[in-house]
Amino acid sequence: MSDTARPAIEMAGVQKRFGSTEALRGLDLTVPAGTVCGLLGPNGAGKTTAVRVLATLVAPDRGTVRVAGHDAVRDAEEVRRAIGLAGQHAALDEGITGRDNLHLFGRLHRLGARRARERADELLTRFGLAEAGDRLVRTYSGGMRRRLDLIASLVTSPPVLFLDEPTTGLDPRSRQEIWNTVKELADGGTTVLLTTQYLEEADRLADDVVVVDHGAAIATGPPARLKAAIGSQVSVTLADPAQLAATAVVLSSLSGGDARIDLAERTVTVLTTPGVSVLLPSLVRELDGGGIVAEDVAVRRPSLDDVFLALTGEGATREGATREGATQESAATGRAA
Amino acid sequence: MATAVHPVAAHPAARPSAGGRLASDTWTSMLRVLLNYRHSPGLLAASLGVPVVMVVVFGYVFGSAMRVPGGGDYREFLMPGLFAMVATNGIMPTMVGAARDVGRGVTDRLRSMPVSRTGLLLGQTLADLLVSVVVLALLALVGLAAGWRARHGLADALGAFALLLLFRFVMTWAGTLLGLAVGREEAAGQLSVVVFPLAMVTNAYVPTGGMPGWLRVVADWNPISSVVEAARELFGNPAAPGSAWPMQHAVTATLLWSAVLLAVCGPLAVRKFATHGR
Repeated sequence: MSDTARPAIEMAGVQKRFGSTEALRGLDLTVPAGTVCGLLGPNGAGKTTAVRVLATLVAPDRGTVRVAGHDAVRDAEEVRRAIGLAGQHAALDEGITGRDNLHLFGRLHRLGARRARERADELLTRFGLAEAGDRLVRTYSGGMRRRLDLIASLVTSPPVLFLDEPTTGLDPRSRQEIWNTVKELADGGTTVLLTTQYLEEADRLADDVVVVDHGAAIATGPPARLKAAIGSQVSVTLADPAQLAATAVVLSSLSGGDARIDLAERTVTVLTTPGVSVLLPSLVRELDGGGIVAEDVAVRRPSLDDVFLALTGEGATREGATREGATQESAATGRAA
Repeated sequence: MATAVHPVAAHPAARPSAGGRLASDTWTSMLRVLLNYRHSPGLLAASLGVPVVMVVVFGYVFGSAMRVPGGGDYREFLMPGLFAMVATNGIMPTMVGAARDVGRGVTDRLRSMPVSRTGLLLGQTLADLLVSVVVLALLALVGLAAGWRARHGLADALGAFALLLLFRFVMTWAGTLLGLAVGREEAAGQLSVVVFPLAMVTNAYVPTGGMPGWLRVVADWNPISSVVEAARELFGNPAAPGSAWPMQHAVTATLLWSAVLLAVCGPLAVRKFATHGR
């Protein structure tokens, strides 16, 4: 992340309305060159619209959009030269071969007939589709189609790549392959913006995550920092239900949160206050001191799932609170687990 | 896979002129359609088989009970109608293809690339036109075997085929526009329900003289009827034109209809393509 270089992707106050639906309500987004940004949000949050605006497919009603140093509205043509786009579908001609798809896209990118052929061969070989290249795309598996689709966006080695839910609906192995490819591209210096509903995906690939809900960013930061902002979950399972109440007192005082008792499971659970870490040894010592016999003690670091639910699943006050939390540095997590 | 992706110098060559881009993208787009035909022998067979079936079904099955007012062989009356049908029905695959591209996201991918929008669409329409030339030629051969003749000489016959191809070209643009507007392959397929009556309420299979008055007006002013009537005149085939203006001035009417439809559908299709989803 350099301070001098211009960000590869910038959106400021971007609004877009389709009829009565406000898809984007003042979205801000900055992606430094050479980094991977994960756009996270529930269905209908505006992720796809954001990508469509960035890829010059949709003009924003208001706000500024710059990609690779060019204005996406006024210099759309320059932006198009600098980007690759792989959407939610495999955007391919299924009636021709994989090789021909790449070849035609190369020609449209003005590589010239001969260079376009060479480039198609290179890409197919590098991404393990050399043999499948001469088969019609309609005979491909879902995973192969998506891989070819991703490759089709790399014909010109674009410095900026947009991936809209690149692995939705894929089996774990195909997902892994796509992830490897994205990692490899990022390592090579490509700026990648990807939207996803899979938190694990954002966790694995993204340097920064932007959580989008109702058309605006509600939290921004590296995955670790977002997770630190919502604390860990500590749960203690007891042999004797009579000790539940005493355990709850111990957990609440240690964590600064409100412990919840689950009688049926004989479990006490607490979500720690962001910034407060519950260390396993001290927890065990406290329980021991109170004569409490624990069957199981677990400290779970929050997943991005927890972050996601905390940010998008609740009301406006909570949103404001977590936004604040998300920006503060914290070392709460990670020690006990 | 440790190979770096970037060192491969694949960056586009110098910026070509707008004209060069148009030509290059038109050609690439044509290539795409033709490659599809190459890999789908069934598609080609269907395109070529339809004319044969049409001549047999309409010429010999329906034709066995048909009498042309004022005399003349029904199959000779029919052939210009079938030529026009081939030109008209071409709207369907174009429409379905355009809708499929939208539905699969191919249109979006193309629009995110620095390509000539007009060129992309023009290439598809020209490729469709090329296929139509082959289909019309085959239909003509089948027609010749069934006793049809172009009786006004080569120049007029070529003029008739030129009008038919012009109309086919217009239909391609109309199909592209409709397909882009519909945006879903299945929905585009269902539009055939609309195309079918439009193609049937014409003078292609029967003279309009026997139709109820209101229906006759619709048929006589149907652009397809103008094409059929113009082809009958130029081929010198039996005809039974009514008194409506387009039937009396069929060639002019065909040119006018084509010009109007093209002037409307062409720019609208390019616009729709360029701004899809905005």
